[in-house]
Amino acid sequence: MVDVPYDRIADAPPAEVPEVELYHPRSWWTQYVFSQDAKVIAIQYSLTASAIGLVALVLSWLMRLQLGFPGTFSFIDANQYLQFITMHGMIMVIYLLTALFLGGFGNYLIPLMVGARDMVFPYVNMLSYWVYLLAVVVLASTFFVPGGPTGAGWTLYPPQAILSGTPGQDWGIVLMLASLILFIIGFTMGGLNYVVTVLQARTRGMTLMRMPLTVWGIFTATVMALLAFPALFVASVMMLFDRLLGTSFFMPALVEMGQQMKYGGGSPILFQHLFWFFGHPEVYIVALPAFGIVSDLISTHARKNIFGYRMMVWAIVGIGALSFVVWAHHMYVSGMHPHFGFFFATTTLIIAIPTAIKVYNWVLTLWRGDIQINIPNLFAIGFIFTFVHGGLTGLFLGNVTVDLPLSDTYFVIGHFHMVMGVSPVMVLFGAIYHWFPKITGKMPNELLGRIHFWMTFLGTYAIYLPMHYIGILGMPRRYYAYGSTDFIPSSAHSINEAITIAAIVVATAQVIFLINVFYSLRKGKQAPDNPWGATTLEWQTPQTPPVHGNWGPKLPIVYRWAYDYSVPGEAKDFIPQNAPPEAGGVEPEPHPGKDEARGALA
Amino acid sequence: MAVAIILLLVAVGSVLFHIYSPWWWTPIATNWNYIDHTISITFWITGAVFFAVIAFMAYCVFRFHHKEGRQAAYNPENKKLEWWLTIGTAIGVGAMLAPGLVVWHQFVTVPADATEIEVMGQQWQWSFRLPGKDGRMGTTDVRYVSSDNPMGLNPDDKHGQDDVVIASEDLHLPVGKPVKVLLRSLDVLHDFYVPEFRAKMDMVPGMVTYFWMTPIRTGTFDVLCAELCGAAHAQMRAKVFVDEESDYRAWLEKQKTFAELSGRSAVKRATYESGSK
Repeated sequence: MVDVPYDRIADAPPAEVPEVELYHPRSWWTQYVFSQDAKVIAIQYSLTASAIGLVALVLSWLMRLQLGFPGTFSFIDANQYLQFITMHGMIMVIYLLTALFLGGFGNYLIPLMVGARDMVFPYVNMLSYWVYLLAVVVLASTFFVPGGPTGAGWTLYPPQAILSGTPGQDWGIVLMLASLILFIIGFTMGGLNYVVTVLQARTRGMTLMRMPLTVWGIFTATVMALLAFPALFVASVMMLFDRLLGTSFFMPALVEMGQQMKYGGGSPILFQHLFWFFGHPEVYIVALPAFGIVSDLISTHARKNIFGYRMMVWAIVGIGALSFVVWAHHMYVSGMHPHFGFFFATTTLIIAIPTAIKVYNWVLTLWRGDIQINIPNLFAIGFIFTFVHGGLTGLFLGNVTVDLPLSDTYFVIGHFHMVMGVSPVMVLFGAIYHWFPKITGKMPNELLGRIHFWMTFLGTYAIYLPMHYIGILGMPRRYYAYGSTDFIPSSAHSINEAITIAAIVVATAQVIFLINVFYSLRKGKQAPDNPWGATTLEWQTPQTPPVHGNWGPKLPIVYRWAYDYSVPGEAKDFIPQNAPPEAGGVEPEPHPGKDEARGALA
Repeated sequence: MAVAIILLLVAVGSVLFHIYSPWWWTPIATNWNYIDHTISITFWITGAVFFAVIAFMAYCVFRFHHKEGRQAAYNPENKKLEWWLTIGTAIGVGAMLAPGLVVWHQFVTVPADATEIEVMGQQWQWSFRLPGKDGRMGTTDVRYVSSDNPMGLNPDDKHGQDDVVIASEDLHLPVGKPVKVLLRSLDVLHDFYVPEFRAKMDMVPGMVTYFWMTPIRTGTFDVLCAELCGAAHAQMRAKVFVDEESDYRAWLEKQKTFAELSGRSAVKRATYESGSK
């Protein structure tokens, strides 16, 4: 028996949990390549996702060059433009953001933050990465096959996606669907691991309501992904059948370029329902890990407990649940029965309430804090800014009537880039700067980090703010060129040039980031074990970077929640979760008495 | 404190950008100014929240940034405050949702006196059809589509014979008359999009979708496609002319009916079929 006050770890079994024998690598190959250590897998996931993400970034420059200076670049034609937007969107949403948050940060942080030695199924975890890598390779191969990648838009709407009027009809779409299927298989293996690890492998004293919000965010997002990705999986399989076997799941009778096709009886809208039943939760699969991580960044760097921890947990869970009943707000003008609009507009606007609570609580965490203006915190503040902006424009598009004129315009582009492009990326960068010392043992360069932040924050805002306005003007999205259109004034073309220039500035900023990473890896200052004075377990490892098995001979034991910052009357302004009970600390009790509550607020 | 000032400046800049932006919605040409009102309400509410939250955050950064000897307050939660914020947010959300749903109800309730017209999309052009003297449009099926029946009208349907078929030309509409626009596609998704009309809807092969509107001013408007439909999506254009009643009548006189266009072949076929019975 370990000497822990019983009531503090009420739900932990009284007997000591026996140590599970870890798999120990015996060669360089099994240690660094076919590794079963979640930390190595996390880095593999992150590097792969970043590499394919860079491809998507380059594609966005090509798109911006075409939009800013139409007709100037002879190597971009209408087909290629559509291929660029498709690959950019698909890579960014699935192969970068999903993989980096869950496969990258999930793998690295879950075992460390809950006090486990590794994921519960290390072998399956390794397979997950290799299947993901295969999916990425298949996706990237479409650039080199005859006809190139598919240009169907990242939503891959049939019938267009598999007909000859769309580029990439031969190989591109088939490989894209195959790649998605592989990605989902790989993700499922990883996802089951994350969920079981959080539920089964938490160390003693780590109750669910003591978990850092990062773990809550990643955990909830993973559960959602396990429920949502199957919809995309079946949709991909069905479309593959339509394309290769001539079935008609999504294909009605149609005439293509004057030619009667053999299809008949299928429903294009069925695909949209399946796609968005996955696609909307997907937004939160990316957003919830970002919410969780940013909560911990703000709390740590404001030296103050996260405001309303329990409300934050319930908001994460509530948003996760609600996000499964809002999908058709992507389909208000799809031709589905118009009465669905009433239901989905209502559910969509209701989801704004828990989301708004999260924003209030982040800002209220800053209130009366001791705010460190360092790079992770700058990115966290930048996230709040862009997320508030992107979240509020979501109230336009979620409200069925307002969506009517704005759907399929640049307003949509501005909205979703702000809310699910820039904001999660802000968190990713903040998280990289925050955990870089733990992962690499080196401190990132402060000056380069600041330059990176300001160029990225101001630059992306200059890109996406004007897009909302040319969207209100009515400029439709996914247009290769606008030609002469009466309602589009020449000033709209000028702002497109300006946006392209801002995009180049942001691109340069990312080069600075890469320089910072390589420079700090080689020349950075040696990082102490806990440079930010954080309470969570990953900062309490005996070694930095943590070694295989994470904790040395004994697992940490948790005595308090993750947010004991600046506890009144204590010597230091943080108390680690595993500091012995004598170190003090308070946590919001489930049912605080009146006096206690007043005391806590004073 | 530089960070706080920049945050505040970006927020103020956003508001100024909103006020002075030369890019704003096109002058409306239909009855759907209710939609514009709903957008305005949404702008006011979200704009106020945006500015308040960012300004408060900037204040926090300004007032509570790290200084030697500063200690953060210990403040785990405040149920009362959290409830008030929740209720306030719910009221704001309701204030946007309610008008939205009311206007949507108008949008899905087509007036009984609306004239049906049809817009058909295919890669990459528009065609239009108006009911003939009988006031009804005939049935269609993509299986009937051929070079002399580009819109796939049922040649055996008597209601279709007098339908006015406008293949690959521009559409005219009379001002002040409600129309129910029936939407159809031969091949892939399209979307009949006229920014000045505000309303739009996807066209889906295999089904007929619709929206309704009343044009309120005359003029010429660009028709664009708003749903990605393949390589020439951006070039799929036409024009809509909203005319005074007399101009519209004059234009309509000159248009050809389905029977006139398919002419002899349809007659022949009809004879053949009746003869075979």
